[in-house]
Amino acid sequence: MGYGVRVHVWGDYALFSRSEFKVERCSYDIITPSAAEGLLEAVYWHPGCRWVIDKIYVRKPIQFTSVRRNEIKSKVVPGNVLSVMKGSGKDISISSREEIVQRASMILRDVDYVIDAHFELTSKANDTDNPGKFKDIIMRRLRRGQCFHQPYFGCREFPARFELYDQEVVDTAYPDERRDLGYMLYGFDYTDPKDIQPMFFRAVLENGVLDLRDCEVLR
Amino acid sequence: MAEAIKNRYEFVILFDVENGNPNGDPDAGNLPRIDPESGYGLVTDVCLKRKIRNYVQAVKEEQNGYKIYIKEETPLNRSDNLAYEALKTDDKKIKEAKKNDPDIDLKIRDFMCSNFYDIRTFGAVMTTFVKAALNCGQVRGPVQIGFARSVDPISTQEVTITRVAITTEKDAEEKKTEMGRKNIVPYALYRAEGFISANLARRVTGFSEEDLELLWEAIINMFEIDRSAARGKMAVRELIVFKHSRELGDCPAYKLFDAVKIEREGDAGVPRKYSDYKVWIDNSAIPETVELMRKI
Repeated sequence: MGYGVRVHVWGDYALFSRSEFKVERCSYDIITPSAAEGLLEAVYWHPGCRWVIDKIYVRKPIQFTSVRRNEIKSKVVPGNVLSVMKGSGKDISISSREEIVQRASMILRDVDYVIDAHFELTSKANDTDNPGKFKDIIMRRLRRGQCFHQPYFGCREFPARFELYDQEVVDTAYPDERRDLGYMLYGFDYTDPKDIQPMFFRAVLENGVLDLRDCEVLR
Repeated sequence: MAEAIKNRYEFVILFDVENGNPNGDPDAGNLPRIDPESGYGLVTDVCLKRKIRNYVQAVKEEQNGYKIYIKEETPLNRSDNLAYEALKTDDKKIKEAKKNDPDIDLKIRDFMCSNFYDIRTFGAVMTTFVKAALNCGQVRGPVQIGFARSVDPISTQEVTITRVAITTEKDAEEKKTEMGRKNIVPYALYRAEGFISANLARRVTGFSEEDLELLWEAIINMFEIDRSAARGKMAVRELIVFKHSRELGDCPAYKLFDAVKIEREGDAGVPRKYSDYKVWIDNSAIPETVELMRKI
């Protein structure tokens, strides 16, 4: 393979929302492959490359805690913005007192993963792009702690610390154990931008390692 | 619009509370937020962002370019029904607009960023019209703040208070006073950590040097305009800023955060004031290219 990297990521909290509980959010037991991709994309991404997650090592026991916060339920409505851009003097701001909702989140605490991933070149790679170049940039950024923006665990309020992991053996929280985590979100299929489809897979932790190579993806 | 910032930043905010409730937990009857297993106090990121928004709103008074999108007070000239009708009719118009102008979503995004300080700073979620393939989507702002956590486990104290003014006539006939409760933290020092991505500033929201100065000012003064009966005495004690020499940064963020050390001073059993702590920075752990600034 050769173009693989092994990254150590850890943090105080994490929230990988289950798609079935996204109003009062509840996290999956571990990081999802798409969240791991997002994490790596925060460090380095280019239209000419695509991250593929191979393995996720779970290094700390799975622990939950709950946080309830005041949130707002509305979003920016482009139609309204457009009318203001055209000169109507409407106030388009959101009043948090009117739009308030209290929502609980079940979040993970004290998370620590090692991610094995590699990248593939896409059709958008141009002539000067080659795997060696991408690999060099990625390794440099990981060694120096550089990133496009600070990676995060599911939500931006849960920042992820990251470093290059250079050891052969990765210890996990669940050696000699098989844990079935049930169906998890694998990611989204964006091939048709007008019909974005979620993809799921059966997550099984073998000795604390989630192996995503050759895993069956269900749509 | 002013030029976007060119350096990556990390910052540590230390703030303390004296006899107050820095952030109530709606799950626990408005008790101060606490991590039930470790006893450390928490203040959520959104709580701090609210204070920053309030400060900017108070100082800039809705000046052009410094409007605040998510306000605490009800705007006077807004009717939800009207907005809803406008949305329905505009839904069609926007499809046409998209046909005539393929970059309309970017224009809408830039309009929001240039007018609203909080969107430029923290980002916003914009609705997407998938049918019209209009995708303003999620705007990620450059400034990212994590949960603040207390340096030591905190104890919360319930203070029972009485009032002589009775709400209803009926109650007034039966009793002279009513009991109420306040939950306070006698003293706690909290630490929050934040990140600023120059890339997101340059490519998405245009967060500028002036915006950055305003952010520091807002952080330093965020509790000065937030006095209330519940809060007690809150103050920002330290704002430590790490300025990287490059847009992508010079070293991992966690190394910089780890260099900020907070130790207990003296042998007071329980900390009750800021001088019970000593804050120092391990300069040897910080690369030479990273500029360290203590803003207070």
